Amino acid sequence: MTSTEAETQGRFNLKKSRSVRFTLIGVAGVFLLAITQELAKNPTSDITSSGTWSIAVAWSIPILMAGLGGIFSERAGVVNIGLEGMMIVGTWAGAVGTILVDPWFGLVLAAAAGALGGLIMAVATVSFQVDHIIAGVAINVLAVATRYGSDLFFPSHGGSITQSPTLTAPASFDVPLLGTMFRSIEDKEWLFFSDLAGILGGFVIHTTWFTLFLIALVPFSTWLLWKTAFGLRLRSAGEHPVAADSLGVNVYKYKYYGVVISGALAGVGGGFLSVVLTGIYKEGQTVGKGFIGLATMLFGNYHPVGTAGGALLFGFAETLRLRDPAAPHGLILGIAIVLGLALLYYIIKRNWKRVTVVGRTRLRLR
Amino acid sequence: MSTLAVELEGITKRFPGVIANDKVGLRVEDGEIHAICGENGAGKSTLMKILYGMQPADEGVMKVRGEEIVLRSPTEAIALGIGMVHQHFMLADNLTVLENIILGAEPARSGVIDFKKAHEDITRLASDYGLNVELDDLVETLEVGERQRVEIIKVLYRGAKILILDEPTAVLVPHEVEALFQNMRELKAQGHTIMFIDHKLSEVLEISDSITVIRRGKTVATVKPEDVTARDLAELMVGSELPDPGTQLATVTDKVVLDLTGVTTVGPDGRDIVKNVSFSIHAGEIVGVAGVEGNGQGELVEAVLGINPIEKGKVLFNGEDATDWKVRRSREAGMGYIPEDRQRRGLLLSAPLWENDMLGHQTLAPFIERGFWIDPDAARRHTEEVIDKFDVRTPNALVSAHALSGGNQQKLIVGSQMSGDISLLLAAHPTAGIDVGAQAAVWEDLRTARAAGLAVMLISADLDELIGLSDRLLVMFHGEIVAELDPAKVTPRELGSYMTGASAQGDHS
Amino acid sequence: MITRIKYTLAAPAIALLAAVIFSSVVLLATGVSPIEAFSNMAEYGSRGVTLVAVLNRSIPFFISGIAVAIGFKMNLFNIGVEGQYILAAIVAAKVGSSVDLPAPLQITLILVTAMTVGALWSGLAGVMKTSRGVHEVISTIMLNAIAVAGVTAFLLRRWSVDGGSQSLETKLPEISESGWFPVLFTVDNGRVGLSSFIFVAIVVGVVFHFFVERTRWGYDLRATGISATSAESSGVNPKRTVILAMVLSGAIAGLVGMSELLTFEHNYNLRFVQGIGFTGIAVALLGRNNLAGIAVSAFVFAWLDVASGVLEVRGDAPRAVVGLMTGVVILAAVIAYAVMERKRAEEELRTASEAIEEVST
Repeated sequence: MTSTEAETQGRFNLKKSRSVRFTLIGVAGVFLLAITQELAKNPTSDITSSGTWSIAVAWSIPILMAGLGGIFSERAGVVNIGLEGMMIVGTWAGAVGTILVDPWFGLVLAAAAGALGGLIMAVATVSFQVDHIIAGVAINVLAVATRYGSDLFFPSHGGSITQSPTLTAPASFDVPLLGTMFRSIEDKEWLFFSDLAGILGGFVIHTTWFTLFLIALVPFSTWLLWKTAFGLRLRSAGEHPVAADSLGVNVYKYKYYGVVISGALAGVGGGFLSVVLTGIYKEGQTVGKGFIGLATMLFGNYHPVGTAGGALLFGFAETLRLRDPAAPHGLILGIAIVLGLALLYYIIKRNWKRVTVVGRTRLRLR
Repeated sequence: MSTLAVELEGITKRFPGVIANDKVGLRVEDGEIHAICGENGAGKSTLMKILYGMQPADEGVMKVRGEEIVLRSPTEAIALGIGMVHQHFMLADNLTVLENIILGAEPARSGVIDFKKAHEDITRLASDYGLNVELDDLVETLEVGERQRVEIIKVLYRGAKILILDEPTAVLVPHEVEALFQNMRELKAQGHTIMFIDHKLSEVLEISDSITVIRRGKTVATVKPEDVTARDLAELMVGSELPDPGTQLATVTDKVVLDLTGVTTVGPDGRDIVKNVSFSIHAGEIVGVAGVEGNGQGELVEAVLGINPIEKGKVLFNGEDATDWKVRRSREAGMGYIPEDRQRRGLLLSAPLWENDMLGHQTLAPFIERGFWIDPDAARRHTEEVIDKFDVRTPNALVSAHALSGGNQQKLIVGSQMSGDISLLLAAHPTAGIDVGAQAAVWEDLRTARAAGLAVMLISADLDELIGLSDRLLVMFHGEIVAELDPAKVTPRELGSYMTGASAQGDHS
Repeated sequence: MITRIKYTLAAPAIALLAAVIFSSVVLLATGVSPIEAFSNMAEYGSRGVTLVAVLNRSIPFFISGIAVAIGFKMNLFNIGVEGQYILAAIVAAKVGSSVDLPAPLQITLILVTAMTVGALWSGLAGVMKTSRGVHEVISTIMLNAIAVAGVTAFLLRRWSVDGGSQSLETKLPEISESGWFPVLFTVDNGRVGLSSFIFVAIVVGVVFHFFVERTRWGYDLRATGISATSAESSGVNPKRTVILAMVLSGAIAGLVGMSELLTFEHNYNLRFVQGIGFTGIAVALLGRNNLAGIAVSAFVFAWLDVASGVLEVRGDAPRAVVGLMTGVVILAAVIAYAVMERKRAEEELRTASEAIEEVST
């Protein structure tokens, strides 16, 4: 036992987690397919350039945040369909905060607005025991009300009822050393290595502090959920609330934490979308990213790392669409189908336990 | 001179219409393995839940190590060094063994779990008691026996000195039972006190230092295993007197309604649940199936009705091959069903009574006209008749089923099922958990129907019911029919030993 | 019975009241007189021309609500009405523009096509649930994304008259005139007319009601929704019932876009109305899944939607206050229903036990 101890002490173990491994393989496969197809057609394509990939990374952030949000809520045993709505209020609050103060404040306000949505969700589902799906749908409908706020705020600040004025973009930069290194390898035009450097470079070139900070939430969430007492209790509240309760864990409290954190993450994702990514708030700009985040969470099997892989896939698809609006519909469709198949695969494997059994478990404490 | 670890005096616990514990007393000595035996529903589990703080007692005194205690929650019991391993394990499948063990009592520095310390502590604890588990496996991947060891470690990790095991062997296969007993002996050797519930008598005799028998909520006796035989114990459990079957006229006809030949069903894990069962039921006959819960009786009924498929064998219903019938076909052909779990299997709680009455008859007159059209007026009239005839206490047929008491819900189901045009009634525990008045009414209804030529398969854990109603008595053990008995002649000793597997027909005359 | 009605009506009343109070507070806080705003809305909203527009709007809301309610009746969440009706609309528009049959046949063909497409698309979610255990919420959300962003976008480019340019004018060829639904009458000098599709909506509603409440299949559906295990013991095949419910829900969802398509647009284009699938969920929730409730709540949502226009025109208050009201109505309604349901059960339990006391004394 001692030999494996260091390796497995509660730490996330890639070898043991088959699903994450499959996810990564799947993601890599799709990327590879798309990339080789593109390169075969057009050898000078910039599909592996660090420029393309830094856009892909940035566009994956909102989806990633929704996905992480989904993980916190789902792990605490609440199915959160309301992520989309929480993200919508995040885009709005982010823009407002940026106009009032600066982008940092914008993102904080976005997180707070999302958390408020999460709180409403928690009150409905945990305290009033409203069906999770129904409550989530209601939250999404409620989020439409942000237009009222837009109407009050944006026209007087140089925007209109459906969109904000252009926001001050946060400064972007290359991460020292790493950025230069990847750029120089990329410039050498070595087969494969330059392409790989381009992709990796996407994470460190032309980035912002926000991007790096939010990417850091992936390992942070993993650490929080699997290495701390807080994380263990939160997960136990979702996995087996009765057992958790019998061991003195305050199940309601941890469910509240999970759902509120979930809302804050979705909100910050929305804030990133409006403040950092597009530099403007536009009504309806999330176009279902909250739902897609939920799908990437499933794709990543409720784990932050796998979810990040799924989010990157969608971010990449988004980039392709931005590059050439005519090309991608087929690709998006293809990816969606691949995703659907992967989903099916997991569900056969894991038979959807968490959502159907735990997710809908109404707490029946004594 | 040994001291008492646990002493219970005059513990009484009432549930609506039922007294689960009636002034129960129990004395468990420090460092012994103490078995608590009794039939299903005798009140053993309730007693243990009281001792673990899960339910408050209505009356009585509890003492632990001589000190009088009052428990309001399991947390308080844990603080006093009492730990319980439930029959249905309280383990989260998607957490690791280690996580399950430390949950709620994590060794942590400013919130960060000290996995190294947890690992060391638990490994030491586990090896001290010979409880082998792989700490980093997900509980999901564990066998039942391993899960049980995790549960035991879980209570030991919290410092329990007194362990309560609720039917620990019920879920285990023989070699796992052997391992469990080894663990229990080890625990005892290290000074722990163990109380466990069991009704497999050979096991009880093998492992325990003392045995307390509970019957109908009362303590019958506390004995030492060296002083008794399995048959003595069986008699203590079942009672020295069996109810009088009463002077009923036999109404059995020679018309075979249900005929089973070699019926075998397979559980989800691939093991046989019902094994090669053959018998037949005639019109006007009640065949009782006795057995300790979990020996395949429930599955047998579900297989006949068509809820579960029949793997091997043949079912004839009124001469027709009904082996592969689905539920609807069986219903339409004239089978009625009183399910064991009425809320899950027999009622639509939030629907009005007339829609509940319709359940199982939703393709049949008078509920349906012209093949598919519901006739609510006719349905309501039918339900009102059932309410009248079977004395269901309700304001009308429009209230929801959940507004009725358990007894009245049951009378509605019984009435509804028997008022159809049926020739066979599959009745599983028809009076479980209902008050005495309702019980008598249901019994009377069954007798009347039998006299009118109904064939009844009756499953029950209540021997009064089985002996009082049945024309013939079959005993099921481990999925097989091990005996066919005459309820008028059977002795408690005989019945008890068949039910507990202490003897099988053939070595008994 | 009276208890039942009392609690059923209490919840939406509370929800509407909450919405009015909450939006009044918001209006006040932003310096608008709620009384003036609401009375303007009421005045505008009670004009004939507005009411016709409201009825036109109610038609798809109502049909969408019915589609969702069929699923809800057995605890299935068809979130996918959105994708189902959009996909159905584009395929029906293609079929309608490709053939030119006599009116009855043409209309039947178009409607059957739309229903079939909707049924197949949602049936897919049903099959995924019964064969693989995929929760229908996730599969229908995924299918929405695939239908709207994938298939419909692809088909629109494929079938569009100008061969797939990206302009906002991208549209399919016009549907043959024999497939059009006429307007019944017009008001405001012929500017607004009531769609005759309202008759189809009424038929859908009535059929839904009788199917669910008065046929044995509907009973099976409802029984499964209340207790899948009890239903199974009574002879219901749970898998078949899931697929049946999804297929029916999808078939009706297929009709959601038809009113707009066949009465007003006559072709499928890039601006084809979206979002009604989600409104349908709100309609079904507020309407408590029954015919009258759905009809009323479809009308309420449509009225709010249309009448709010006046707020903007007059400059009294932002039109978006209606969005706020809608959201609060829904949220308050679901919570109020959950609370009322519990209260009703308690009261029923009490009256039932009182009745027993009376019987026994």
